Amino acid sequence: MVISEVLRGQSRPVPAVAAGGVLGALARWAVGLALPGPPGTFLINVVGCFAIGVVLTVLIARGAHPLLRPFLATGVLGGFTTFSTYAVDAQRLLLEGRIGLGAAYLVGTLAAALVATWAGMWAGRWFH
Amino acid sequence: MVPLMVVLGAAVGAPARYLTDRLVQSRHTSGFPWGTFAVNVVGSFVLGLVTGVAASPWVTALVGTGFCGALTTYSTFGWETVHLPRPLAVANTVASVLAGLGAAGLGLAVGAAL
Repeated sequence: MVISEVLRGQSRPVPAVAAGGVLGALARWAVGLALPGPPGTFLINVVGCFAIGVVLTVLIARGAHPLLRPFLATGVLGGFTTFSTYAVDAQRLLLEGRIGLGAAYLVGTLAAALVATWAGMWAGRWFH
Repeated sequence: MVPLMVVLGAAVGAPARYLTDRLVQSRHTSGFPWGTFAVNVVGSFVLGLVTGVAASPWVTALVGTGFCGALTTYSTFGWETVHLPRPLAVANTVASVLAGLGAAGLGLAVGAAL
């Protein structure tokens, strides 16, 4: 059975992902209150990408405790960053006819997020 | 109540992403991050739906900010993309953005029609 196969050995990682995801989502909600709309989401996604570069590089290099990756990377940073708000906000800009702004938001987030991930990995190697 | 709704939605959305990724990635050997792709597209559709129906603040916090926000991820998308061989990285980027946009647009349209 597929479900039991996927759940096997997950009694500790799943709560770790849930706990981390809650913390990340609350942080995203708080940033959204201070800086609503696409500027806040842009900041969240770029910061989250830099952080995952650092965190996973360090955790992998150190052979850290097996629950740290699900908690910090999959949970906190996965819950903090969001693809859905990015896609919906970009689509709404395009539907409103603000094509240039929508395209700039789509491509700008993508470029900044990928560069931030690389920068985070570089920082993680230096830190380590 | 809004923060509580965010907590409840995220407590379901984040593990749903983790388990969906495990399930999807165990079903193929292509090296393409279909698991993250799937949660991002599904989450974009559901958030479009919630936004399109102009749901109440509680429902928006629970399903939108909490569940969809935690179900989808930009950080794992970024991490996986920079670790893919160049052609797959380009494919993942283009496919995720276009499918996410399309799913969001479909969700918005269906939501507005409801």
